[in-house]
Amino acid sequence: MISQTDPRPLYQQVKDQLRHRIAVGELKPGAEIPSIRQLAADIRVSVITIKRAYLELELEGVIHTRQGRGSFVSDNVQLGDSLKEQELVAHLRAAVQSASLLHLTEEQLIERLREARREASQE
Amino acid sequence: MIMNDVAHNAFALRGVSKAFRYFRLEGLNLELPMGQIMGLVGPNGAGKSTAIRLLMGLLAPEAGTVELLGRRIPEQVADAKREVAFVADDMRLYNHAKLGWHMRFVASLYPEWDEQYAQKLLQHFNLRADQYVKGLSRGEHVKALLLLALARRPKLLVLDEPTSGLDPVARHELLSELMQIVRDDSRSILFSSHNTQDVERICDQIAFIDRGHLVDARDKESFLERWRRISLEIPAGVTLPRLKDVVDLTLSERLATLTTDRYEPALHATLEQCGARVTDVQRMSLEEIFVATVMRSRAEVQS
Repeated sequence: MISQTDPRPLYQQVKDQLRHRIAVGELKPGAEIPSIRQLAADIRVSVITIKRAYLELELEGVIHTRQGRGSFVSDNVQLGDSLKEQELVAHLRAAVQSASLLHLTEEQLIERLREARREASQE
Repeated sequence: MIMNDVAHNAFALRGVSKAFRYFRLEGLNLELPMGQIMGLVGPNGAGKSTAIRLLMGLLAPEAGTVELLGRRIPEQVADAKREVAFVADDMRLYNHAKLGWHMRFVASLYPEWDEQYAQKLLQHFNLRADQYVKGLSRGEHVKALLLLALARRPKLLVLDEPTSGLDPVARHELLSELMQIVRDDSRSILFSSHNTQDVERICDQIAFIDRGHLVDARDKESFLERWRRISLEIPAGVTLPRLKDVVDLTLSERLATLTTDRYEPALHATLEQCGARVTDVQRMSLEEIFVATVMRSRAEVQS
């Protein structure tokens, strides 16, 4: 579901949604994904936004486009783990960025991560 | 006469001006590539409807040229209009006739009329062919106009404030229909709206217009990518220098909020070198960008 109250930009939501569908096995390696205009119509989001999402996913090696034949999930994309892995990398990068905005040292950031783990295990 | 070369633009306005007694539209340059949706956004009285009426050949420009689906306007307007549908909410249908009569009438004029699609739209818009126009509510009247335009399967659909007066369900249905149209990459849509949320969601191109001038126009993704609001902490004794590309700067004693329309990650380093601490960087909604753009353009006119 694409939401305009979600803080993520629309193109990012489209990317995350496709990654998610691949991660849970709904879209398998080599499977055809909807054309840009088809997906735009399905989720009522502008063509240019879907185009941007597809372009970035292609650069990240998640999908590939064959001229005139459509877009497909990459054959070598590792399901589940690898995508979860990429998700983790993205979260970690975001955390590093936030930490630098807060002027945390590396040690402070690591300590905060330990704290977060402790809190999560107590829930 | 139909031009032989294929038009790449659904329309193009070049240097178009038109003066009225209390209002002047000046040097308007605007074009829409085929297969895209453009949102024309502006405050009341900005000139959105004037721009649309010039495009539709309902007004003749004093200067500049207008091209619509490859035809020159107003000279070849009759030819272009077979493939263009235009809806403004001040249009009136015949009160004494039923919606079904109007459907048959429009179908008799336009060979591209798609009766099956028209029947589907009746359902989606929750309308009935045997309703008299006199008995339609304002929202139903708008939906009837939209149905008559959509079922013609036009190459270009031009809508002046299409979602005003529609309830949320009808608005949802309309946006879905518009997105279905551009599944075909040879069909295009221009719509004017106050509703920046709709524009932000479905438009490929965005044009801001204020007081008769085009303030900014570009594709939506680069529009949104250029604008950021940055929160800063300014330690005692530090004064921010004049930075370029700052659209707005709100300062309290120790905190500042900076708005830029040329955002680049390198800006962080610049700000930190000045002694400020960046505490947050936020993307902006189209509505916020629109207000900031208009305020800046008005300030420039005054200064």
